[in-house]
Amino acid sequence: MSTPTRVNTKPLKRLRRQRIAIQVACLAVTAFMVVPIYLIALAAFSSRSALNEFPQRFFPSAFSTETMSTFLSSTGVVPGLINSIGVGIATLVLSLFVGAPAGYAIARFAFRGRNNYQLFLLFTRALPIVVLSVPLAQLFLTVGVYDTPLAVTLLHTALALPTTILLTAAVFLAVPVDAEEAARIFGCTPVGAFLRVVLPLALPGVAAASIFTFVMSWNEVLGATILTLNQRTLPAQVLSSLSDSPLAFRFAGGFFLIVPAVVFIAVMRKYLLNMWGTTIR
Amino acid sequence: MAVAVTGRRPKRRLSPAFILILPSIIFMLALFAWPMVSGVAQAVWSPDGFTMAYVDRMLADPSFWQAVRNTLLLVVVLLPLQFALALVMALLLQARPKGTGFYFYLWAIPLAVSDLAAGLVWLSIFTDRGYLNSLLDAFGVGPVSWLSFENYGSMFFAIVLAELWRATSLVMVIVVSGSQGIPKDYDEAANVFGATYLQRLRHVWLPLLKPSLQVALILRTILAFQTFAVAQALTGQDFQVLVGETYRWYTALQNPHVASALALVVMVVSMVAAVLYLRLLREETGSGNR
Amino acid sequence: MAEINIQNLVKTYPKGTERATDDVSLQVNEGEFMVLLGPSGCGKTTLLRMIAGLELPDSGSISVGDREVTYLPPNQRNMSMVFQSYAVFPHRKVRANIGFGLAMRKMPKAEIEKKVAWAADLLEMTPYLDRFPAQLSGGQRQRVAVARAIVVDADVMLMDEPLSNLDALLRLSFRAKLKKIVEHIDMTTVYVTHDQVEALSLGDRVAVMRAGRIVQLGGPLEVYDHPADMFVGGFIGSPPMNFLDGTLVSGPEGTQLRIGDSMIEAPTGAPEGKTKVGIRAEAIQLTDASAKGTIPARIDVVEPLGSSILLTVEVGQHEIKVQVPADHPVRSGDEVHLRLAPESIRLYDPETGLGWDLR
Repeated sequence: MSTPTRVNTKPLKRLRRQRIAIQVACLAVTAFMVVPIYLIALAAFSSRSALNEFPQRFFPSAFSTETMSTFLSSTGVVPGLINSIGVGIATLVLSLFVGAPAGYAIARFAFRGRNNYQLFLLFTRALPIVVLSVPLAQLFLTVGVYDTPLAVTLLHTALALPTTILLTAAVFLAVPVDAEEAARIFGCTPVGAFLRVVLPLALPGVAAASIFTFVMSWNEVLGATILTLNQRTLPAQVLSSLSDSPLAFRFAGGFFLIVPAVVFIAVMRKYLLNMWGTTIR
Repeated sequence: MAVAVTGRRPKRRLSPAFILILPSIIFMLALFAWPMVSGVAQAVWSPDGFTMAYVDRMLADPSFWQAVRNTLLLVVVLLPLQFALALVMALLLQARPKGTGFYFYLWAIPLAVSDLAAGLVWLSIFTDRGYLNSLLDAFGVGPVSWLSFENYGSMFFAIVLAELWRATSLVMVIVVSGSQGIPKDYDEAANVFGATYLQRLRHVWLPLLKPSLQVALILRTILAFQTFAVAQALTGQDFQVLVGETYRWYTALQNPHVASALALVVMVVSMVAAVLYLRLLREETGSGNR
Repeated sequence: MAEINIQNLVKTYPKGTERATDDVSLQVNEGEFMVLLGPSGCGKTTLLRMIAGLELPDSGSISVGDREVTYLPPNQRNMSMVFQSYAVFPHRKVRANIGFGLAMRKMPKAEIEKKVAWAADLLEMTPYLDRFPAQLSGGQRQRVAVARAIVVDADVMLMDEPLSNLDALLRLSFRAKLKKIVEHIDMTTVYVTHDQVEALSLGDRVAVMRAGRIVQLGGPLEVYDHPADMFVGGFIGSPPMNFLDGTLVSGPEGTQLRIGDSMIEAPTGAPEGKTKVGIRAEAIQLTDASAKGTIPARIDVVEPLGSSILLTVEVGQHEIKVQVPADHPVRSGDEVHLRLAPESIRLYDPETGLGWDLR
């Protein structure tokens, strides 16, 4: 071992080149994902005259809220915004109310038919919204709920329920049964044990599920449009006025609809993988 | 329908599990099962009894066949592209470059974007005075009417691109989540035993990813058949799709019966596709149980 | 089969400044079974993974035979490996698993089948060839992993704690089987373990590692009988080597060792003065009478182990272990005298812990 061996560093160099290529590819994909968002924001914050220019500038010359304010003051937009928020929150609450207990049942009880029930839930997730919306519209007409935020809430809850149930089931499964049982041994009622032990531990996961429901409701277009006429949610409003509205209106609408998505993913980063990992099983 | 809860003494009253899931079952039956049945009825039932009149009317409309053709084309083109792109994205992230977490966040954003919003975003790019034409203008290439109803190809291209942008993230997240469940050891073992990168993808990664891919495939196919708001935002009624036609018959033409018939077509096609997938994927001998 | 030549291998942990391997050099001879032994965190697994190519060193070189492979990707190094978790592919049958390395080398199917049959037979897995790993027990999966490794005609076979996930009884029986198989196939093998019993039983040579360095390299008996420093002595052997404080004095009768107030016979070769005395439990005898050259002590704990009795004995302020035959009459509290066999006494520098080579 007197003379050290000559080391061939060619593989090392090749590895380095590969890593650079990967970075370049990542940047390219990122550009594809991010540039359109930048562009719609740009369009939403350009003045109307700037939008009529050709060719369009790629960098903001002047920040203008003209397009946005025109959008917001257009008929039906602010009510639509309010409706969307209202429906979103109502859906969130209702689906948790109906779904969390079912999730708890799946997680804690090995009841007969549990597998069938879960399959049923997975199946309903795959059901096309359009199949439900048209008959539901008729149904709501007869019941007298047509064209109300309640109607949209009901539809959205039905759509969100399978996901909510399966997500909360996964969350509750992650809370160890021992903690609950210990609480009961020390004198809590089953409900008390749930409230004091399970709920605090499950809260982050349940919160993630709730926000997921809210965004899903915020984004839902077709059902909301079919089920409402005057009391529209924001997407329904934008969709129904698409053909009549000027471009600026549409750009501002698009930007507005996107904002929750960006915020949502930022907040839900950590949970994204867990959510999809668990619901697949 | 009293179900037994394990390990307890036999109860006369209903088990707690049943009580807990009851509201959800009622809800779903009311809002899923009933509309489904009602939808079928609406498509084939008139005041005079069973009728195929609505279905006939639907079939006689030339837009219907155009919509069928367009939707099928969309699904056939979009799905392979999405899966290829999602797999590439997942593989890039798996190499753990600098900024992996940051990239993942940015690439996942479109998954929370509604299809209407996605359509509007790409509208700003493809519209006549939009950003794409502005870019081309810088190279001296004349403005192209991407969204004009005369340019079938470019309309299709715009919709595919918008949907690719929006819906690939979902598949990517599913794939990344699935591959996180694959222990690193398998890849390392295959590597030591002589497998090249491509061989490892083929013999280790893809097979173990199959369950995730299956779920993603079924979900995405069913959703792809329902493409609507994207096309609506980009091309109005010029590029017909099945759900778009459903919307048109319901709102503009005020005919809920034909609309129901169309909705049924969508459902049948989705179900057939789902069953086909499950059948195809189950035929490969049961393996990979963990 | 080929020899391995490792020179001055340095690897720093990615997060900090500590070195996983600190300028390690090692030569493994052709056909040798080399064991890397040490506590967790000593760098043995990192060293193994660098030989495999799963990790790359910061500096230094690794050669296999006449090929320099330091930075070569794993799939070009012609090695085989048994992982601690076995890494048996769950989606392929046992047959395909065992033949994986051969399939990657594009061997013709008929030949693969023959070799797979041979390896399966050697590991008694023939009836399971068409099963899936999920249908096998842990021990059976481990055998598949070993079969997969031996069926390839690799230059080097690497093993990363392959027995550690087995229960104690299986571990014992498989250790013997493994030794027989390894002798049969005659491959250069590098084996990582933290279990010193495994190391002594399997290895041709043992490299004891600590904090990224090799502190002793030698045959099992050598490492057991002549630990190079106090760490090795305390790590190898069950119970570990005893260490007492003593002083070497030279007198008219030659060099003697003073422990406490007793003077006993000492080996020569170490300098006078304070020293650490190392002696194994089985090298200490009990004598009743206060003969010349013994140390008084008091028995504290008596543990009958079946084949022998392990005593915890108080000597002054030391507590040491002594092994006596199973039929020796002893009781807790007995006052006894210990005779330390002088040929088994090892002396260590109290400052550095390094041993004085007394041969």
